[in-house]
Amino acid sequence: MSDEHPPLLHAERSRRATRILAIRQLLVEKDVVTTDELDDIIVRARARTPADGAKVVARAWLDEEFRERLLTDARAAVGDLGYQLSHDTELAVVENTADVHHLVVCTLCSCYPTSLLGPPPDWYKSFAYRQRAVIEPRAVLREFGLELADGVRVRVVDSTADVRYLVLPRRPAGTQGLGEDALAELVTRDSMIGVAEARSRDRV
Amino acid sequence: MPAVHDRGGLPADGPIDRSDHQWEDWEHVTNALVGVLRRRDLINVDELRRGIEAMAPEEYESSSYYERWSASIETLLVEKGILTEAEIDAVAAKLDTEWER
Repeated sequence: MSDEHPPLLHAERSRRATRILAIRQLLVEKDVVTTDELDDIIVRARARTPADGAKVVARAWLDEEFRERLLTDARAAVGDLGYQLSHDTELAVVENTADVHHLVVCTLCSCYPTSLLGPPPDWYKSFAYRQRAVIEPRAVLREFGLELADGVRVRVVDSTADVRYLVLPRRPAGTQGLGEDALAELVTRDSMIGVAEARSRDRV
Repeated sequence: MPAVHDRGGLPADGPIDRSDHQWEDWEHVTNALVGVLRRRDLINVDELRRGIEAMAPEEYESSSYYERWSASIETLLVEKGILTEAEIDAVAAKLDTEWER
């Protein structure tokens, strides 16, 4: 949003919206922030998608050493692939297996690994998801179309401002021989939040 | 009673709304401001969170996601003496007038 493109007029702009635009203007006038920097972040934020997280997952499926590193020191592991996390937050990767399924929520706010997944979907930030995920995760998963077998334990992980979680979904059956790019295609945003499994090969 | 931001386990009626809204310009600006202010170490995520959690419960409940961020950014910048309420009031009033024209 550079000064050449002023914000669109918006009759229903809320008080908070007006005030943040006032704050932006003041911070620019006082040289606390520059419009270039703001523009740069806006452009980069728009460009961030779950594709980066999907590449990380695909690599973990293919490379056992990387997988182990990802589960024990996620920051270093994703750093090897060229992804830089925010300096003031940590990332933890939790692995789904035949016995345990992970579901990520942030009951207190909306903490999410945006560095790898882009901005969270609105539902992730909704009161309904934040309230229900921790007390009735199976019902929530069912709503998203995922019916887990009774023997599978559900582990809900609650993010905080300091630690964000990424689910390493199970590698779908019948994907032997697929390369990293083809595997990454199977990894959806929802599978990395834990409300879905990775896509099976025939459903791409 | 848990604090208003502590939503885990509160009763919720009905299904989770899975539709996504189109981000408005000011929401992008809010997100970007937090990014730059964090880079400058002028605010950190814990402060942002604390500013959100300090909102009046009714305001918290009725605000959209980035409205809560906007409220917190304002609280923090004023607290730290980087901006004053009076300055923000004045520019906000000017913006409102410009938009009405």
